[in-house]
Amino acid sequence: MVNSKLESIISKIIACTAIELPTDVYESLQTMQKNETQPLASELYSCIFDNLDKATALKRPLCQDTGVLQFFVKCGTKFPFLDDIEETLIAAVRNSTKSVPLRHNSVDCFTERNTGDNTGALSPWIEWEIAKGMNDLHIDLYMAGGGCSLPGRSKVLMPLEGYEGVVKFVFDTIVEWGINACPPLVVGVGIGTCAATAALLSKKALLRKIGTHNQDPKARDMEIRLKNGLDSIGIGPLGLTGSQSVQCVNIEFASHHPATLGVGITVGCWATRRGSVHINSDLTYTILSHANSI
Amino acid sequence: MDNSKKKIITTPICDEQILDLKIGDIVYLTGMLATCRDDGHRRVVESSRFPNFDLRGMSILHAGPIVKTTPYGYEMISIGPTTSRRMEAYEGAFIEKTSVKIIIGKGGMGTNTAEACKKHKALHCIFPGGCAVTAATEVEKIVGLEWEDFGMPEAFWIMSVKNFGPLIVSIDTNGNNLFELNKSTFNIKKDLALREILPHVHFSHN
Repeated sequence: MVNSKLESIISKIIACTAIELPTDVYESLQTMQKNETQPLASELYSCIFDNLDKATALKRPLCQDTGVLQFFVKCGTKFPFLDDIEETLIAAVRNSTKSVPLRHNSVDCFTERNTGDNTGALSPWIEWEIAKGMNDLHIDLYMAGGGCSLPGRSKVLMPLEGYEGVVKFVFDTIVEWGINACPPLVVGVGIGTCAATAALLSKKALLRKIGTHNQDPKARDMEIRLKNGLDSIGIGPLGLTGSQSVQCVNIEFASHHPATLGVGITVGCWATRRGSVHINSDLTYTILSHANSI
Repeated sequence: MDNSKKKIITTPICDEQILDLKIGDIVYLTGMLATCRDDGHRRVVESSRFPNFDLRGMSILHAGPIVKTTPYGYEMISIGPTTSRRMEAYEGAFIEKTSVKIIIGKGGMGTNTAEACKKHKALHCIFPGGCAVTAATEVEKIVGLEWEDFGMPEAFWIMSVKNFGPLIVSIDTNGNNLFELNKSTFNIKKDLALREILPHVHFSHN
């Protein structure tokens, strides 16, 4: 059943995520603005911050594409309201569509009719993770916009194509498709066995905060090399050239089958909207993503 | 930017207003602007069905807005541009059938659109992607709604706008294409970057 207290928490994180950027993304854009040397690119950063100010002042979604809502739920086995979570998430999405308001972004397959309330078959999308022995709940929300979902892809390489193949796949995707997806992008790269696991890991990489690195030293080294390499291309804000290209490159991986090397890429636009909330068993909560949540 | 220094284009647009514009120029739009994206393009091009709004000399915006219904009418809440490239396969025919003069979106478009812009003297411009509240505050009023059956994002919203921009010319009336030019530079730099990185990622169990 729908838990009204839990629903109000979810609704708050939905509104917060639609209207304001998470703190790490906001600060990363500030740094990029400061380091930008080209005049048109600097002007575009001013447009970006002007828009963010207006969104906060008017309490409106900072981008009209509030995306398909995707929840990444990590629930303790002893969390007392486990049975309520799914219905509550769906109710919160439906009601927030009116109250925030959110754009109607759920289109039924085959009939191609918009449902009008952002719910539908497996919509909102929910990914579950179990935390053994814990009594709390952690939810990451990602608003998957159309423009920044378009470049996403995964591919299974022959192992002898090696990590060189992974790097080429990332660069080709960003230059061919990423330039239209509202750069500077947040880039998530996943490495695994098949198309599905590589894609899922690339989404998890995207959810990781900007400025953090993979703990594996080789993955961390590759994150830095990919970021520096992409920056040297000078894609700039909105793909109109500049002295930098991306906000970060995050890599997540799983051990892979000896006969395959799967690689996935998921990108977030400059306005990467993700929210993160920690909820205790007594339904007290802390919003982790937005330092000054509205 | 100071309003007196802005280059403002007013609808209905005649060729003389846009013939001198070059890729990279920045302009603003005042007058009528209608949203039209995937479904609207398909309806015009495949079914030859037109909205009840004459697009000759007008401007379209690739966008799917958030609109609020109030007792006083529709209120524009948030309206940034959407990815123009999705409309690439249809845009040439759309320009030919409607005589629209300015297409606004985000990201680049391809040769089909560039050729139509050259032949029919039209422009593709980009509005900074994601800056949707700024854009909404430049909409004076929603004056019409067509094709509501498509749902809120895909419907054909007709608006009056004032100093709508900045709009950066990405395809001009000579068919020059800013994004294609940029992309060729990016590809050259990409090859240089790969040459630098690849020797460092040759991980193997030798």
